Amino acid sequence: MVTNAASFGRSGVHDFIMLRASAVILASYAVFLVVFAAVSSPLTYDVWHGLFTALPMKVFTLLALIALLIHAWIGVWQVLTDYVKNVSLRGVLQFVFVVTAFAYLAAGILIVWGV
Amino acid sequence: MELSEQNVKKQRPVHLDLQTIRFPAAAIASILHRITGVIMLFAVGILLWLLNASLQSAESFNHLQSLLDSFVMKFILWGILTALGYHLLGGLRHLVMDTGRWEELASGKASAKAVFVLAIVFSVLAGVWVW
Repeated sequence: MVTNAASFGRSGVHDFIMLRASAVILASYAVFLVVFAAVSSPLTYDVWHGLFTALPMKVFTLLALIALLIHAWIGVWQVLTDYVKNVSLRGVLQFVFVVTAFAYLAAGILIVWGV
Repeated sequence: MELSEQNVKKQRPVHLDLQTIRFPAAAIASILHRITGVIMLFAVGILLWLLNASLQSAESFNHLQSLLDSFVMKFILWGILTALGYHLLGGLRHLVMDTGRWEELASGKASAKAVFVLAIVFSVLAGVWVW
């Protein structure tokens, strides 16, 4: 039974698993990018551009943005349900944050598409 | 009178001295995890703008690098890296706690403090890197 329409998953267990699964993807992506930038310092356009022409990197980037959508959705839900007691305001804020995360995904698809 | 009512009506000491009340380390770890998470939700917008500009052409890449010479841009980048580092370390702590470890008062406190120290170390390293 759906008890809360604003949460990401259909149950607390689903949210619990999805939050951690998305966290693992986001952590891998963040560590990879920081290490890559640190190792290839000073970073040149050719090296940076070359990285993002590779299909696996495009897929990895989009995976990270999908994981971000899920992770942010659940995280924002947890924060808002704790601090914002007014239901209408909470609904509006949840909407704004989830739409923002969707916009990030759309922007990410368009950015890596043409590289 | 029931036993539970007796317990509730008993005179209990009230401690509301704001000068001496302190958040425990685990509570600070929790609220910082939330704050850095929300910060990074906004930060991803900046990072996507940077990614877009950095991949468009060699000229826009070079223009971006000259933008990153300014103190404000360096500070923003350092702030994002610091928030990322803390959130990542705090998240790893949570994953360990999911396995049943670090759940006692002493170990929870110690792991929270360890995360603070490591996050500060990472933040300093990020600062050295950016500047």
